[in-house]
Amino acid sequence: MARAVSSRRKALVTVIAWTIGLAIFFPILWTAILSFKSEGNAIASPLTVLTTPFTLESYETVQERSNYFGHFWNSVVISLGSTLLALVIAIPAAWAMAFVPGRRTKDLLMWMLSTKMMPAVGVLVPIYLIFRDLGLLDTRTGLVVVLMLMNLPIVVWMLYTYFREIPGEILEAARMDGATLKDELIHVLTPMAVPGIASTLLLNIILAWNEAFWTLNLTAAKAAPLTAFIASYSSPEGLFYAKLSAASTLAIAPILILGWFSQKQLVRGLTFGAVK
Amino acid sequence: MSTQASRTAARLMISPAVLLLLGWMIIPLGMTLWFSLQRYNLLMPGMESFTGFDNYTYFLTDPAFGAAIFNTLALVLGVLTITTVGGLLLALLLDQPFWGQGVVRVLVIAPFFVMPTVSALVWKNMFMNPVNGVFAHLAKSVGLQPYDFLSQSPLASIVLIVSWQWLPFATLILLTALQSLDSEQLEAAEMDGAGPISRFVHVMLPHLARAITVVVLIQTIFLLSTFAEILVTTNGGPGTASTTLTYLVYIQSLLQYDVGTGAAGGIIAVILANIVAIFLMRMIGKNLEA
Repeated sequence: MARAVSSRRKALVTVIAWTIGLAIFFPILWTAILSFKSEGNAIASPLTVLTTPFTLESYETVQERSNYFGHFWNSVVISLGSTLLALVIAIPAAWAMAFVPGRRTKDLLMWMLSTKMMPAVGVLVPIYLIFRDLGLLDTRTGLVVVLMLMNLPIVVWMLYTYFREIPGEILEAARMDGATLKDELIHVLTPMAVPGIASTLLLNIILAWNEAFWTLNLTAAKAAPLTAFIASYSSPEGLFYAKLSAASTLAIAPILILGWFSQKQLVRGLTFGAVK
Repeated sequence: MSTQASRTAARLMISPAVLLLLGWMIIPLGMTLWFSLQRYNLLMPGMESFTGFDNYTYFLTDPAFGAAIFNTLALVLGVLTITTVGGLLLALLLDQPFWGQGVVRVLVIAPFFVMPTVSALVWKNMFMNPVNGVFAHLAKSVGLQPYDFLSQSPLASIVLIVSWQWLPFATLILLTALQSLDSEQLEAAEMDGAGPISRFVHVMLPHLARAITVVVLIQTIFLLSTFAEILVTTNGGPGTASTTLTYLVYIQSLLQYDVGTGAAGGIIAVILANIVAIFLMRMIGKNLEA
């Protein structure tokens, strides 16, 4: 009896959960569907749209008319570049804080976090003027630097929470066995640190890819990543549903896939270790 | 175990990150503070002069400021309410056993990975457009007049769009917290005769309190900076109907070239964000000790 009830309950929960899940996902699904329709069919009523033939023409025109892959490449360079640069600077720092903690390590970590709390508009004017004077406006280099600085606190924090979980006794054991500092680094610590570094990398690429304050304010055409390129559809090009959909689908697909892989790390990274 | 040598090495390893962040924080913030006390317009080069707190007076007495504060609060509180309550309900639902749990989870968190400009434009055009949007088609199919969301209720529409983006975040964090709840505790409560509501209030809610606080604080920090969604949907309009503090500073400094007033607005935004940040930092700081 109890079993029957629980299985009926499970069926009910399944129906409700799937309905809500699909409703939340629907805007993304709909965008993907429209991207394979012709411009004329994309504005038809929803049920009619589903019966119209699939076509790849929007993907072709998006590339022909606007050098889509140029912007895509900008996004890749900016998100990957800023992330790698942040890792190079953050790994030694997080390492030192986790393995040689001093009296002020905690204060230092909290201070780093506080820089992340500063709203971007608070420094919009000076950054804009500095960029203008240094000729960094609308360059990928400029954005790599700004996004690196923006995400550096998160990167240090994430790495710190991962490194802190590596037991220090392992190092001592290796040392007792006569391992040199080099052996220690290459054979003991690196393999244990790689998973943490990899998830930090993943989350940070996602954050940089979707960043839409600095990328919109500091680029015009040349260095514009996808966030800024898509914004150019706000008017009146937005009326071209199929093309907007094709551009959007290509822009979100890679990050959606990366994102699904990093679900677990996302919680830790975005809450600075407060929820695991 | 740490020797003098290793301490020096540690300091060397930490200093690049610290110096960069120090520069990133102090130089621009100092400049903003300095500009905020100047009469400085990019259209009038060479006319800069010290004006004391005039920019603050001007920014604070601008009728758009009152509207911006109201809109910022409405946006932040609206999105927080929807995402926290919705996220809690959704987390409770997804925590139940059902078929296809993994797939539904993936569907629910997907909006978080959509870049703000894409989600805002998809909602604006494909859903809220009064002629060809999905909502307009639905309204017409049941014989209703289509509603022009973004011109008739601009702020509420933006709240809806931003909530869609942040609901996954709240759900994911609350679900993670819920899954770390000791099932024995729940079973014990059930044995003691606690019903589902009393179990939720007395066992689950206290366990989730911390996660809920984290969700609220982190979202507040990000929501105060909402920008792209407004830029591509309403441009802050009609009038000032959807202008937030962040957007007002952007208008002042980059559209009207009034660097002085924009900087004063920026400082005000920093002060407001700091009030929230202090609470958040306390929470996270406590966790560091644990």
